[in-house]
Amino acid sequence: MEPFRRLEAVAVPLPEPNIDTDRIIPARFLSRLRSVDHAPFLFHDARRLPGSGDEDPAFPLNRPEWRGARVVVAGRNFACGSSREAAVWALHDHGIRCAIAPSFGDIFRNNAMKNGLLPVALPAEAVADLLAQLEARPGAAVAVDLPAQTVTFPGGATHRFDIDPFDKHCLLEGLDELAYTLSLSDEIAAFERRMGRENAPG
Amino acid sequence: MDGETPPRTLFEKIWSRHRVKEREDGQTLLYVDRHLMHEGAAAAFDALARRGLKPRAPDRTFTVPDHYVPTDTRRVAEIADERRRGLVETLAQNSAEHGIRHFGLGGPHQGIVHIIGPETGLSQPGLLMVCGDSHTSTHGAVGALAFGIGSTEVTHVLATQTLWQRKPKTLRIAVDGALAEGVTAKDLILAIIARIGAAGATGHAIEYAGSAVRALSMEGRLTLCNMSIEAGGRAGMVAPDDATYAYLAGREYSPKGPEWDRALARWRALPTDDGAAFDREVLLDAAAVAPMVTWGTSPEDALPITGAVPDPVAAPDAEGRAAMARTLDYMGLRPGTLLEEVAVERVFIGSCTNSRIEDLRGAAAVARGRKVAEGVRAWVVPGSEPVKRQAEAEGLHEVFRGAGFEWREPGCSMCVGTNGDIAAPGVRVASTSNRNFMGRQGPGARTHLLSPAMAAAAAVTGRLTDVRRLLAGRA
Repeated sequence: MEPFRRLEAVAVPLPEPNIDTDRIIPARFLSRLRSVDHAPFLFHDARRLPGSGDEDPAFPLNRPEWRGARVVVAGRNFACGSSREAAVWALHDHGIRCAIAPSFGDIFRNNAMKNGLLPVALPAEAVADLLAQLEARPGAAVAVDLPAQTVTFPGGATHRFDIDPFDKHCLLEGLDELAYTLSLSDEIAAFERRMGRENAPG
Repeated sequence: MDGETPPRTLFEKIWSRHRVKEREDGQTLLYVDRHLMHEGAAAAFDALARRGLKPRAPDRTFTVPDHYVPTDTRRVAEIADERRRGLVETLAQNSAEHGIRHFGLGGPHQGIVHIIGPETGLSQPGLLMVCGDSHTSTHGAVGALAFGIGSTEVTHVLATQTLWQRKPKTLRIAVDGALAEGVTAKDLILAIIARIGAAGATGHAIEYAGSAVRALSMEGRLTLCNMSIEAGGRAGMVAPDDATYAYLAGREYSPKGPEWDRALARWRALPTDDGAAFDREVLLDAAAVAPMVTWGTSPEDALPITGAVPDPVAAPDAEGRAAMARTLDYMGLRPGTLLEEVAVERVFIGSCTNSRIEDLRGAAAVARGRKVAEGVRAWVVPGSEPVKRQAEAEGLHEVFRGAGFEWREPGCSMCVGTNGDIAAPGVRVASTSNRNFMGRQGPGARTHLLSPAMAAAAAVTGRLTDVRRLLAGRA
């Protein structure tokens, strides 16, 4: 996995609650292998006008100032719903490396960590403030510092965020969790012996 | 257990029983008893092969195609779309290659993964179960700890039969009293989500309790737990009881003979101990729940059918007003319109939420002797081959067909549309599924979530309808 340490980049505001993973990537683009570039599927329908299929110039990611954004800032419960990891892949392949919101869907949060995309939960008032700053100054950047666990807003204010220590370690090192777990194979085997046939399929 | 053990929740008992290793930083390596997979997991098998790994416990892994299967044929060769056919074929090939039990398309057991788990007895009290699908919470209805995972985690489970997790908090949702006639488990879960919000249970494992939950059938409990994720919940569970044991007895994978007795002894020790603490508790009065329907694009946008489309003016802040205005624009609804005046063009009865035999009986009871309204296209998609056979044995398919419904083949179908079963842009669908997200049932499609009986009522009147009026005099 690609490590995440620090990032100073343009942040795009998506000021809505409950943006679900169906919106981030519609279901008809799922079940492609990871080697496929998922960027074209990101917000595929949301960023187009109904009917013609032309780009909606009002959709934030279509505006020139925000096209190259590497951070998304959204309302509460961002990326709720379906477990589709392709939602992370689409954001990642577009260049997004950090999502900031008051809260996230649990499964998305797990998926994001495993792909080097940092989910940052900040208090709702701080996110509202950040959204307002980004809309007032389109193209403004935020600075994300994972070792220090801080986000610095365009206006200069710095906010600290929480992250699970294991997740932080994995992101900083680009650590492959699976390789680590495979090294614990003896402990897993010992657990299996202890459990015997209890809970095994009949 | 000795007298010194502090009282524990159902969740805590299952969690601690599955701990392989605990890290000082709070992460726990959990053992997975059952790993269910559908054909959307192709990327996970691919990632496993790329690393030269094989499934650690193929005997604990089970596969079934549901998301991409057609609902008008059972023949793989007749799947016109090459990519969809490829996914169904690849799942069968991967299963055969690794010695994994596959409930194949055209076979007697195929169905939606969350329908066939309980149906085959694979889902049992006390188990830890995962699947690369957010509605895995369904299996918690039998007293299991079951949750959805992403593709990287699916690969991790295949390779190690374990998963790293941080322990969620616990939330007890207690519903006391009795549900009124015409009010189902679907109405109850929509009322719960409307109450606590689409993120109301984020980071929590939910235990549903109280007399109204105890009174639900197993199928009702499955519907309830299914939509835990729509409240943001990591998992949803109901403590096992005699209804659970009666449901599981004799199923293919249920323990038999002396094994059954040993299992029963373990299962009876699972329910939450008196005095065990939850991080949060929510109380609801079952008698106050009415038949529910959603008006917006989040499952939290649910109201009693007697209500009206809300007005953005009533939203607490500017952002809320803007969001609600966008929602109503997408849904093609005007503030103040009575929900019962909203006309529908399509009806979908199906999905892992509501396609079990009791759901179909509930819908058929409304459809019997009535006709689907002019201009409405109504589908019934049973959840599995066994559900379909049972319904046909009871003649329900004739009731539906006689009323003008289409009786189709099992699969996820219009809940997610990945098999091509979608509604056209702007078309309004009354749907027994679990998500009313923008574009969920096709780009521009407008979804109203409701119970199977309410869906049948909408089909025969052509509008969202309070099913209680259609049930009057039929009891």
